Amino acid sequence: MDWTRKSAFEIREAVSRREVLARAVLEAHLARIDAVDPRLHAFLTVSRDEARAQADAVDAGAAKGPLAGVPVAVKDNMCTRGVRTTCASRSLEQFKPPYDATVVTRLREAGAVLLGKTNLDEFAMGSSTENSAFQKTLNPWDLSRIPGGSSGGSAAAVAADLAACATGSDTGGSIRQPAALCGVTGLKPTYGRVSRYGLVAFASSLDQIGPMTKDTRDAALLLSVLAGHDPMDATSAPLVVPDYLAALEKGVKGMRLGLPREYFGSGMDPEVEASVRAAVATYARLGAEVVDVSLPNTSHGIATYYLVAPAEASSNLARYDGVHYGHRAATYEGLLSMYSRSREEGFGAEVKRRIMLGTFALSAGYYDAYYNKALKVRRLIKQDFDRAWERVDAIVCPTSPIPAFKVGEKSDDPLAMYLCDVLTVTLNLAGLPGVSVPCGFTKGGLPVGLQVIGKAFDEETVLRVARAFERETDFHRRQAPLE
Amino acid sequence: MQIDRKTVEHIALLGRLALSEEEKARFEKQLSAILGYVASLDKVALEGVEPLVHPLDLANVFRDDEPRPCLPKDDVLANAPAPEDPFFKVPKVIESE
Repeated sequence: MDWTRKSAFEIREAVSRREVLARAVLEAHLARIDAVDPRLHAFLTVSRDEARAQADAVDAGAAKGPLAGVPVAVKDNMCTRGVRTTCASRSLEQFKPPYDATVVTRLREAGAVLLGKTNLDEFAMGSSTENSAFQKTLNPWDLSRIPGGSSGGSAAAVAADLAACATGSDTGGSIRQPAALCGVTGLKPTYGRVSRYGLVAFASSLDQIGPMTKDTRDAALLLSVLAGHDPMDATSAPLVVPDYLAALEKGVKGMRLGLPREYFGSGMDPEVEASVRAAVATYARLGAEVVDVSLPNTSHGIATYYLVAPAEASSNLARYDGVHYGHRAATYEGLLSMYSRSREEGFGAEVKRRIMLGTFALSAGYYDAYYNKALKVRRLIKQDFDRAWERVDAIVCPTSPIPAFKVGEKSDDPLAMYLCDVLTVTLNLAGLPGVSVPCGFTKGGLPVGLQVIGKAFDEETVLRVARAFERETDFHRRQAPLE
Repeated sequence: MQIDRKTVEHIALLGRLALSEEEKARFEKQLSAILGYVASLDKVALEGVEPLVHPLDLANVFRDDEPRPCLPKDDVLANAPAPEDPFFKVPKVIESE
């Protein structure tokens, strides 16, 4: 039995019924990490000893819960107590958090076995994981290509069966886009659904943590563990968490699914479009009513996002000043010099670029013309969705306009890289939930992702719609040809 | 919007980044390009539209002002670049003239 080919749900069931020891499941995953990760570079830290102790605790009956014995990878921008948390940045290269993020606490309490920390674009800023200060993660489907970003390490780990599931974070698409490019399932919850306590902040009104999994059932399972109000996060919603697994198999018969015309524009790879349109045809065959909708402010999403997110980032990253933690320059003349040199040495190019952009957008004389203007367009983007919800129950569209591109292909052109996010940023701006599920492959064998967008706090519908398509196909079961 | 060298240096100072000359030149070009792109927002009709700062309609999330246990001092100092228990050592903040 190859336990690395099993889903989180299957592992949990088998461990709970004592058909297999959690330790055996763990060792299978550690062995696969040893064999495969030297080629993929998905993990920054593998916490072998801690994981073995957790697995042994599950086997001793000391740790139970909905994820008992499930090997989980955690994106390295989520604090894990005593385990290096770097955000893929030199500024935090040696940082060991003194506390666990709430999602990490919830994973532990659910009996999960934490395998280690996965690679990302530095401080979650990027769409290819090439901005990591330490290593480039490669796409398991084609090692000359990027896995997407910023949660590229988590996406690659799940796609390559190094972890049964993983956590990612999504500020402008960073769960959904790498999920699409790596052929896995990735869900960004509604803003406020999952606690951000212990998630290293990039853009506080946009960031959300979510599951990256092999299928929708695992996404529902992991989301049910992660979701819920947290007194440590003042922006977490005081709303009851529904049973995401219960609603999963209800199907789409009689549902109205919106097809937003602006999400099928020029610049879309024809094979991506073909796969997504085939998925839409499947929905029609399953009895859904496909409705043409318009989200007219979609074209302003990137400009809006690349003002709001860097502005918030410039504020959030001000704390990396070399005073209390993180990198401090070895030599400096006075306080200002200490700040400036420490940050210059600690941050990579993309992080600096966004701090500059955000600082500019917020600075005196430019605040109204840039940041405040962007916030107004943000409201229009949200209103587009509000109007659509009067006519449809969910929206289906592509996740990424293109499949995985080659390493280095876009790294000299920041704006070209930003345009990868055109179909994902609108959800973060509006605070809505969205999932990407595999819906096909290009002729070159690269995965294509279908995005399902839902109303605020309606992850049940999002997952149900995604599952209805998933059970008609086997794209999610295909194995990346790594051997 | 064209960003000139002086603006780049001003922003770098605000952002506390000691950029190299090469970085300043690169950011002049890249930031000008990005700001040129985001200028497309100028064409959007925005009269009467309120800014959306936050997606959730939460207000004043408070808790009672009751003391709780906080991080132990050793944990707090463990990641410090220049700890001097119980302080974080830093360069002089107030320059004497």
